[in-house]
Amino acid sequence: MAAATFQELLSNTMFQYFLVFVFTAFGVVFVILNVDVLGKLLFRPVMPDPLKLTTYECGEPTIGSSWVQFDIRFYTVALIFIVFDVEVVFLFPWAAVFAKLGAPAFTKVMIFVGVLAVGFINAWKKGDLDWVTSIAAHDLAAQKDARLARARQRALETEERRAA
Amino acid sequence: MVLAEISALEVLANTLKVLVAFGAIMALIPQLIWIERKVAAWIQHRAGPNKVGLPRWKILGPLAGFHLWGLLQPLADVVKLLFKEDFVPRRADKILFFLAPALVFVPIALAFAVIPFGWGSWFGQGEGAFFVKYQIFDISAGVLFAFAVSSVAVHGLTLAGWSSYNKYSQMGAVRASAQLISYEAAMFMAVLAVVMQAGTLRLDEIVLAQTQHGWGILTQPVAFVVFLVCAFAETNRAPFDFPEAEPELIAGYHLEYGSMKFGLFFLGEYFGMVVQCSLLTTLFLGGWTLPGIPAKPDNFWMSLTGPIIFSAKVFLLLLLFIQVRWTLPRFRFDQLMSLGWKRLIPIALANLVFTALLGVALSR
Repeated sequence: MAAATFQELLSNTMFQYFLVFVFTAFGVVFVILNVDVLGKLLFRPVMPDPLKLTTYECGEPTIGSSWVQFDIRFYTVALIFIVFDVEVVFLFPWAAVFAKLGAPAFTKVMIFVGVLAVGFINAWKKGDLDWVTSIAAHDLAAQKDARLARARQRALETEERRAA
Repeated sequence: MVLAEISALEVLANTLKVLVAFGAIMALIPQLIWIERKVAAWIQHRAGPNKVGLPRWKILGPLAGFHLWGLLQPLADVVKLLFKEDFVPRRADKILFFLAPALVFVPIALAFAVIPFGWGSWFGQGEGAFFVKYQIFDISAGVLFAFAVSSVAVHGLTLAGWSSYNKYSQMGAVRASAQLISYEAAMFMAVLAVVMQAGTLRLDEIVLAQTQHGWGILTQPVAFVVFLVCAFAETNRAPFDFPEAEPELIAGYHLEYGSMKFGLFFLGEYFGMVVQCSLLTTLFLGGWTLPGIPAKPDNFWMSLTGPIIFSAKVFLLLLLFIQVRWTLPRFRFDQLMSLGWKRLIPIALANLVFTALLGVALSR
């Protein structure tokens, strides 16, 4: 009898969702109590002052809008992240039943991961993962120059040998 | 079985469990802050908080005015935060400005709901007996729930920075979101290897699997290291504290926040630490179990060993977090990005593929 109740309790997802609702309710009530109701009603002073409400940027008067343009690289990071996030969403159920499915599941998912890896390597090679792109580009250019110089040197040497 | 068949006593016991778990963490966070300040002081050869103690009341007898090693300092800080005036900057977005701290705190707290801090115990006798699991939310996709919910906190940080209408906040928020999502990808892949090995998404079953096959730190050492590094990054702590880098951004996304709204960000950060340490304990350090102590105790008093062992492990990890924060300097932002994308993600991916290969090879 007792064991049966346990099994049923485990399968009772509704009850579990009720518990998580209780937990969330505790969190939300805690936040509201602390931030709004308790503080404002009981012991928080209200002393409005126009200067107090200004934007704080180290004491200087603010210039222009605060919603400034930021670097486009943040967007690139977010885009690459989405690819990995979606990958993980597909991989979680696979990982959970992997032991039962065995080799066929392995090959199929490896094809999937391989396709993603190609995209990742492409982004890497294009320099999308480098934060300081200018320096990275500079490095690449320097490497290319060095390669060209070495090739020229080799060509010269072979020519000299031929001449000798 | 329908909801009506669950007795009122059972609902009450489970609600009480929620209250105790939530309350225990909320009560421990001030002590955690005290420990952090003390450890920081010892590392920097200072005394740390050592003045705020018991009041000089006569009732206390010889204990009146005892400094209590500064243990009441965090309490005094909380009182200070509660009494501070709570104002919203004139140009801020009023609704989002209010919503953001809650959006940081509640999801992080919710992530703790799926973490098993013990096996559980039977209450009552005969017909009315019921089993209370020492885990608030026993769901079959526990791992997924924990990570899905805790990543909602990114929205809170971003909204906080955006709604403050402040350039520094904005930069801090953008940095925070870039950092959190970068390290999330590596973290998920590290966890995938653990899930694959245990063959389940239930956190309690992952713990029980570890009692049979050895702790995750031994069977998945690479995943453990990747997860640990990502946990530092996810909690925005040094060496990854870019979102609030004091010298550059003043305080980052919570620059315009004061009073208890700031307090919620602060609590959220420490709650996040507790949650990450709990996840580390559950996934890699055997959760509530220790070799030699039964993982599924059969009476109430033995079942209490679970939460005790669990808290001890979490506490040790928290000490590690604190020590790392005060030992290592902050990275540069490009170093952060290259560590996340060019080191941790390839390593985690390789670990995943290797684990899968090994699984296929061993199953034959």
